[in-house]
Amino acid sequence: MDVVVDPGLEHQAERARSRQGFLMGLPAIIYLFVFFVIPLGFVVMYSFATRTRTGRTELAGWNVEAYERLGEAVVRAVAFRSLWIAAVTTLLSLVLAYPLAYFISTRRPATRNMLLVGVMIPFWSNFLIRTYAWRVLLDSDGIFTRIMSGVGLGDGRILFTNNAVILGLVYGYLPFMVLPLYAAIERIDWSLVEGARDLYASGWSAFRRVVWPLSKPGVIAGSILVFVPSFGAYVTPAILGGNKKGLMGSYIVDQFMDARNGPLGSSLSVLVLVVMLMGTLIYFRQGGRSL
Amino acid sequence: MSVAVGLQGVTKHFGDVVAVDNLDLDIHDGEFFSLLGPSGCGKTTTLRMVAGLELPTAGSVQIHGEEMGIRPPNKRPVNTVFQSYALFPHMDVARNVGFGLEMRKVDKAERENLVAWAINLVEMGGMAHRKPGQLSGGQQQRVALARALVNRPEVLLLDEPLGALDLKLRQQMQHELKELQREVGITFVYVTHDQEEAVTMSDRIGVMHDGRLLQVDTPETIYEHPTTRFVADFIGQTNFLEATVTAADEVVLANGDRLRLSTEHSGGTPVAVTVRPERLTVHGRGEAPGGTHRLDGVVDSVIYMGNAINYSISVDWMHLDVRCPATLAGDRKYVGDEVTVSFDPDHASVVIG
Repeated sequence: MDVVVDPGLEHQAERARSRQGFLMGLPAIIYLFVFFVIPLGFVVMYSFATRTRTGRTELAGWNVEAYERLGEAVVRAVAFRSLWIAAVTTLLSLVLAYPLAYFISTRRPATRNMLLVGVMIPFWSNFLIRTYAWRVLLDSDGIFTRIMSGVGLGDGRILFTNNAVILGLVYGYLPFMVLPLYAAIERIDWSLVEGARDLYASGWSAFRRVVWPLSKPGVIAGSILVFVPSFGAYVTPAILGGNKKGLMGSYIVDQFMDARNGPLGSSLSVLVLVVMLMGTLIYFRQGGRSL
Repeated sequence: MSVAVGLQGVTKHFGDVVAVDNLDLDIHDGEFFSLLGPSGCGKTTTLRMVAGLELPTAGSVQIHGEEMGIRPPNKRPVNTVFQSYALFPHMDVARNVGFGLEMRKVDKAERENLVAWAINLVEMGGMAHRKPGQLSGGQQQRVALARALVNRPEVLLLDEPLGALDLKLRQQMQHELKELQREVGITFVYVTHDQEEAVTMSDRIGVMHDGRLLQVDTPETIYEHPTTRFVADFIGQTNFLEATVTAADEVVLANGDRLRLSTEHSGGTPVAVTVRPERLTVHGRGEAPGGTHRLDGVVDSVIYMGNAINYSISVDWMHLDVRCPATLAGDRKYVGDEVTVSFDPDHASVVIG
């Protein structure tokens, strides 16, 4: 008996499956579209709009003036300061997190999970509250300041400086560095290290030639996860930096609130977005998969 | 013959588990030596202690007479081919093979020559710039071999290197490994749980069980004259005839038959006489030739194997497996035939355990 299957049926079934997948994703797609894509569209639109003399943003007379202003010395200074702080924060987090991630991933599985929970405990309380706690510690008669001056490390007063901002950012974003590093190091096949040791590599060489290159996806993922929010950080600089020196996040807020310059605030936001996108792109170029 | 690897009283504990128990062994220079045993018998741990990847709890490991002590792996004149190959996934074949030379600071020109030599040795020419992920299991195996051999180690340690390959490739690689060892003249210490592999490749075999070395000898002696029941059973098929030692050079079988067999066990020791199936012959009842030991029985089952016929024959207190070369002639037996099974006592061994 001949069994005839209409080739169109297979195609139809495939289409039904794909439609089913789309329907399941639909609520989230709608949510993201309404609350993310549309507002983002507004930001981009605003950046090409005109600022009236009273500080209103008029959706007319499209121009690129707001982008031209990005080249101004003031904006450049703010951008570079933010880049610098984000870069130092990222580097410090990496230096602190790598040994910790290495330590955790070389423990027994039960110990590992306990330590990972430990890394995530800070997330259980509010970020804002934790940052205010730093303010108390860093105050001129706070514990941090007293200890620092007590052991003779300067007068220890760092509140409202870039160092205080970096300290706060490293504190806040360290888990974002530890977790991807842990995931990358934990995945490394330890027989590779044994192989390297067997082939005359010292412990240090084995690390440099095998463990480090193989943990790179984690280094890149962690760096992006720390760098990107540090670059646009608002809360930490506002609380610990005293906002005397503008950073990207507060500068953007200033444009909308005080200077009432919607187009410039928007073009600055677009700049931050582009920097973040570039970071993400680099990550995927490096062959990274899971963020 | 000088000793390449000497182990004295080597013991390794992992917590409460005794992985290797007071092991003494001399591996000769230039030989292909296999450590054979089931998984968990301590063979890999023994190999790792020679490599320096594991330190013994007690005992001494020497390589060419030199005490290794707590020397780290990078300071030992041995290289290892790992079961998982442990090829560096981020380096191409040439970088992998050259890694050891690079670590020993061999200069670039010489390094390139040696790498090319090693890659050709394992017939991987033209693949130098592939990454391990682009190679098949067999090819990765060759690269792992080249990566170790390029360093011209005094001893090459191989940890079940063929375990991950399919049967056909494994058989081909067995042959090639043996050839390679002859060609480079390096002492090979080969860990395997595959008795056929060990028998076909090795100059000598050490059979391990539960952390102990049970017997060390040539494949022929281990096969023909095992000293323990475990060794006899682990290597090939065999029959065990329960027996008791009566006097020096005599044992009595369970049915009361007396057999003259040399044994070092004292009188009264329960032992077994082991005879390989192919060392038994089947005759019509009462037709067995003199000078052999004879047991009367009945054919239980017959399995035609093509090149041989396997009989199961029940004598009054046990079953015997017999393997006869298949012949066209009519001396084939059938189920229910009354037969006499015979064997030359020289082909039997007394085992204990």
